[in-house]
Formats: sequence, C-alpha cells, structure tokens
Amino acid sequence: MGEKVLMKGTEAIGEAAIRANCQCFFGYPITPQTELAAYLAKQMPKLNRVFVQAESEVAAINMIYGAAGTGARVMTSSSSPGISLMSEGISYIAGAELPCLIINIVRGGPGLGSIQPAQSDYFQATKGGGHGDYNMPVYAPSSIQEMVDLIQDAFDVADLYRTPCMMMGDGMLGQMMEPVEFVLRTPRAVPEKDWAATGLHGRAKHNVINSLYLDPQDMENHNIHLQEKFRRIRENEARYELFECDRDNDLMIVAYGTTARICKNVIRDAERDGIRLGLVRPITLWPFPTEAFEQTIDRTHFGYLTVEMSAGQMVEDVRLAVNGRQPVAFYGRMGGMVPHPKDILERVKQMIYQGVK
Amino acid sequence: MPITFTKPRGLTDAPTHYCPGCTHGIVHRLVAEVLEELGVLDKAIGVAPVGCSVLAFEYFACDVFEAAHGRAPAVATGVKRAKPDSVVFTYQGDGDLAAIGTAEIVHAATRGEKITTVFVNNAIYGMTGGQMAPTTLPGQVTETSPYGRDTNIAGFPIRVSEMISTLDGAAYVERVSVDSVKNVLKAKMAIKRAFECQIEGIGFSLVEVLSICPTNWGLSPQESMDWLRDHMLPYYPLGVKKDKTKESE
Amino acid sequence: MTGQEIVFAGFGGQGILSMGKFLAFAGMEAGLNVSWLPSYGPEMRGGTANCSVILTENTIGSPVVTTPTTLVVMNRPSLDKFEPALVENGLLILDSDLVNRSPVRQDIEPVGIPAQSIAERLGNKKVANMVLLGALIKMTQVVPVETLLHAIQRHGKQQFYELNESAIVHGCDFSF
Repeated sequence: MGEKVLMKGTEAIGEAAIRANCQCFFGYPITPQTELAAYLAKQMPKLNRVFVQAESEVAAINMIYGAAGTGARVMTSSSSPGISLMSEGISYIAGAELPCLIINIVRGGPGLGSIQPAQSDYFQATKGGGHGDYNMPVYAPSSIQEMVDLIQDAFDVADLYRTPCMMMGDGMLGQMMEPVEFVLRTPRAVPEKDWAATGLHGRAKHNVINSLYLDPQDMENHNIHLQEKFRRIRENEARYELFECDRDNDLMIVAYGTTARICKNVIRDAERDGIRLGLVRPITLWPFPTEAFEQTIDRTHFGYLTVEMSAGQMVEDVRLAVNGRQPVAFYGRMGGMVPHPKDILERVKQMIYQGVK
Repeated sequence: MPITFTKPRGLTDAPTHYCPGCTHGIVHRLVAEVLEELGVLDKAIGVAPVGCSVLAFEYFACDVFEAAHGRAPAVATGVKRAKPDSVVFTYQGDGDLAAIGTAEIVHAATRGEKITTVFVNNAIYGMTGGQMAPTTLPGQVTETSPYGRDTNIAGFPIRVSEMISTLDGAAYVERVSVDSVKNVLKAKMAIKRAFECQIEGIGFSLVEVLSICPTNWGLSPQESMDWLRDHMLPYYPLGVKKDKTKESE
Repeated sequence: MTGQEIVFAGFGGQGILSMGKFLAFAGMEAGLNVSWLPSYGPEMRGGTANCSVILTENTIGSPVVTTPTTLVVMNRPSLDKFEPALVENGLLILDSDLVNRSPVRQDIEPVGIPAQSIAERLGNKKVANMVLLGALIKMTQVVPVETLLHAIQRHGKQQFYELNESAIVHGCDFSF
C-alpha cells in the first residue's frame, strides 16, 4: 500500500496519468482544469515525455490524433467550451479508432457560461458531441481517489477497444484537495498496436490512420464494425456503485460524480427523519449501467429521483433503464450552482409525503 | 532493354483521381523521389489534408494520416513529438493551409516543429468545385467571386511563404513552381532541402509550390501554365524566403 | 471530537488558502477524513479569497461548507459575507486589527485576536494567518498542536518554519 497524500484533483489526475505510462499530453489552458496542464508541464520533461501547450483546443485534439496514431499513450484535458471545440477531433478519433483519454472538468454553460461546477455536458459526452454514429466510454468518478483509480482503467479500455475515453469531473472535483493513495494496479492485457503509423521500418504494407470512406458501402461496413465494438463495450465495461441498496428503500436516488457524494450525505440525514434512501451511482455514463436498475427496481417504493447539476440530462437514460416500471423524478441545479443536501432532502420528502412526481 | 524510368518507391500503385493536367501528380512524385533519395522512406510519416489531395494517403507508400480540414500541422506535431526519429511531412492545399488551418500552420512553424510542409497553391478551392481561396488573386473569377475577387469585399490574397518566413521557428521556406521542366527540377531541390532541414533538426520547413487547376480555372493545361506565369508569378515571387540551414553551416 | 467544517476568508495574499491547507494536512496526519476546497477563478486574482476545510470522522459528501462550525475572517467584507452562515453557537475568529466592526449576531462565539500586531512583533506580518490558525486549533481541539506543527514542517517552506511555529504557539497562548 502506498502513502496517502493530500492532492488537488487536477494534479492527482496528472500524477495518475504519469503512473499509467501516459507518454504525451497536449492541451490548452482553461479554468477550472489548468493546474493539470501546469502539473504535467513540470513533470513530463523530467521523465523525457512530451508536454505541448497547443495554440487552441482544436490543435490540441489533433495533436492527440497524431500522437495516438503512432501508438503512444496520450491524454488531453479541457473544460466544457474547450471540449466543444475538440468535438470535431473526437469524432475523427472515434472514426479512425485511436485510443486516447480526454479529461473534461465540466463548468456551467451554455456558451462561455460560468467556471463553477456543473454536469451539463452529459449529453455531449454520452450522445456523441461530434458528428456521426459513435460513442465513447465516459467515466464519472465521485472522489479524487476514484479519479486516480479510473485513469489506468480508462487508458486500458482505450487501448483494448481502440477508442477515445472521456473522464468527466467538475470544477469541484478538479479544485478540491483530499487524501489520495496511488496504488500500483495490474494493467489489463492490451493488444499490440500493429495498426499504428510508426514509419514502415521494413513493413511491407503502409499503415493509414483515416476516417474517410468515399464509397458508402465501405463507410457502412466501417460503421457496422464500430457498432459491433460499441456493443462489446456496452456488454463488458458498464460500471456502477449501489449504496444502501441491499434493503427495501422508500426511494432510490440516481446521481453521479460530485452530486453522488452530496447525495450520500442526504441518505445519512434522511435516516434521522426515518426515511430510507438508496443510491444508484453510475460510474460509467456511457455505457449506461442499466443492470443497476434491474437490481434495484423491486426495492424502491416511490421509484427513482435523479439528482444532477444540469437540467436533467441523465433522466432520459434512467427512464430508458427503468422502462416505465417505476416513476422517475428529477431535482437539479444549473449553471454552476451545487445542490444543497437540505434541498435534496426536501425534494425527497415532497415525493414521499405529497406524491409530487 | 535497361529500365531508365520507374515509379518511385514512395508511391503506391493506386491510380490517382486527379484531373487531367493537374500538377498534384508532379508534386507527389517529387516528394516520393526525395524521400527515396534521402533514404528515409522507411521512417517517413505523411499527413494528408482535406481538399483535392485528400486521398494522398492512398498514393504515398509510407505510413500516412488523413487529417481533419486544416489540422495537418497539429497532427504532424503530435506524430513528430511522439516519434521524434521519424521524418514527418504534411501535404496541404491553399484552402486547407491558408484559410481554415492558418492557426495550425503558423503555430507549428513558430514552435519550430521539425516537420516539413509541402504547400500546393493553385489559387482556388479544387475539390469543392472552384470557389475563392485565400490565395485567389485580385480580380480572379471563381464560383464565389463571380465578378472577380473584389479586395474591398473579400480582402487580399495571403503570401504564405513570406508570412511564415517572419517566424523565428521557421528554418527553411521557399516558393517554387512546377510550370516548366526547369522549375520542376528546382522544386525538387527545394523539397529535398526542406526535408534535409528537418532531418538535421534545424527547424520547421515549408515549400510552397505554385500549381495549376485547369478544371476549375476553365483553361487547358497549356493555357493554365501560361496563366500561372502571367498572373501568379508576379504576385507570388519565387525564391528562398528563409534559410537557416546556411546559418548553421 | 466532533467534526469541524471551517471557512477561512480574507483578501488574496493573506495566506487564506495556505492556512486551510496546513489544517487539512494536519487533519490527514491525525487520521481524519479531510477535504479542502478553494474559491477559484477571477475571485482568486487579487480580490477576496476563501476556502472550505472539513475534518471529520465521517465520509465527506460535499466539500462545500455552507454552514461553517468555525469561521476565520481576515477582513470586513468576509465578515459581512459569512457571518450569517455560521451555525448557532459557532466559533468566529477574526483578526481584530483588520476587521473594524463587531459581529451582529448574538448566538455565536466571537473571538477577536490582534493577529497583525502579534505577527509584527514576531518580525513578519505575513504570519498573522498562523496566529489565527493557532488560536483555532486551541479553541476547537480539532487536531493537537504537535500534529499541526509537524504538518507545517513537512509541507511548508523550510525557511519559514521557525517563524510559523512561533506564530502558531503565540496564537495558542493568546489569552482570551
């Protein structure tokens, strides 16, 4: 076991990436994730690894495309408006099937928005963001420790499936400090990158990194291949935590990331008022952990309450998973406002005592 | 009978899609010949653009990336930083490099990325069917400048080589033309020099190649060559704009 | 002890964020669950600065402290902003050299400390924050003073250790 250290979320991501053998980082400053770039700017050169501050998020994601295409383990990081700029590149990366990790420390939107914590990029992350039929695994840790633990996993999944992966945090997880331990994890067995454009070095056939298929039949075949891959990811890589769910509850809360940790406090507070709550916490937002709902659907009396720092973007996925078998209600704050435990509990009581849906 | 002329090893056997009379074929060949002559074909990695040469990844026999529109210099940056021992080049047209990709080319140059850019300037958008490019000459008629490029409305053409040569990170910048045998040979020497500059680690290198587009100019290949000489050469003077290779000798 | 949820607030440059950090380090060394959350963005460019620190035996849900059990303020605007949020019977520690009004609330426990003067006597006004931090741990018993000093020794700049130590001790010894 390693030693516990007190670290800022953004810096802990940087250190975890280094320990996961990330070879290149390309990024562009934007609040509230810039400390991650600053950390790597300091550490990467010492390790003879690559740090480049790009001229824009657009350039950064295309540098990722280039470096990932050579087979290097690579990462970039940004916050909401920057991820919008990167979305074109992410679509190309998904199309060309390049492994990489994209960190999004989400802030309030739309537009230039605010710099305070938000979860309003759920749709962008899980439903595409860029153009075309693609998905990518999206990890949503709720503590700095979990962020650190998931970095290695996300890199492995990226390599295993040749896919971009995103880790979504928010300004609070990025800016806060809490104790973290860097545990040496056993990497998953990942295939050799024989597809990479490394220079021929004697290889007979040239490798091409590409997402262009002018013949629509070729393009459809490539899409069928991608969909098959997405099916395998959905089957194997969904993750979730069930908290206080091994009992019959009055209500199940569904929340992820920062909101989930706030909801754990709510569950504790509710006990005092004689209300039993459980928490379904998706750790992957795509693939969405529908299995978690199969396990809890018969153990909630009043259904599910989705709590988010958005206008309710996850509600659709919860409703699809629940599929009409239970009511699904919503409570959220927007624009960078963080839900208060008291207000969440108030909403819970509304549902339970007044039947408000 | 002895074989005196072959396709360079740097090109695949794929038939190209270029229009009759198009000079992309010449420029492709020059790049392939240079890679072969410098003995770096085995460690060359190309980056193709969006534009007429979007399918260049099928024609170059080395490893190749197809980049998003304008982003080839950023992609090449990623490639070179991850694989510093490779010889990396972008092959870009004027819309790709001088309009949508201006930020990327300027910053790759100013960072002094050890990459080589082959910039094909034919003063028009080819693939989309002949629209005004950032390099379209004043008065030139295109699909989107039907009354001739009015500089009051559409501004002025960009002289990319001159602009890039002002950046400290740019080590070798030359403008050449492929309108005659003599100029084709000069173009090859420039491209070779540019790659040598990269291989020697001196800095960023760019060769701007003045080219023709008979299809979208609405001229025969021969007339196009005349048009290039009469109109493009005065606006885009040929020559070496920057040469740090001499300073370092 | 029961947990503490503390807000430190003042001007940028007063060492607001670092006093919170040292306390979080000490809490971690004392085996508590801790979190530290700064205000960030334009707020940190010269204007006001504040941070939330939680030390508790429970797991920490939200790191945002909305109703502090202890409030440390080093300027008037911070008192104006955070006084209403303090819990009933909460502890208010203020730098009486800098805050030119008394608290309005009657249901809290205010303590004024002339931290600037004490720090100046010690040779550097910059350690006023440490004087206040010393007072805080003395009054809340949230961590032992030895643990705090050890944390400062490990995580602070070596050349300031003696000065910091003496400021903490003076804060602890200040008779209320």
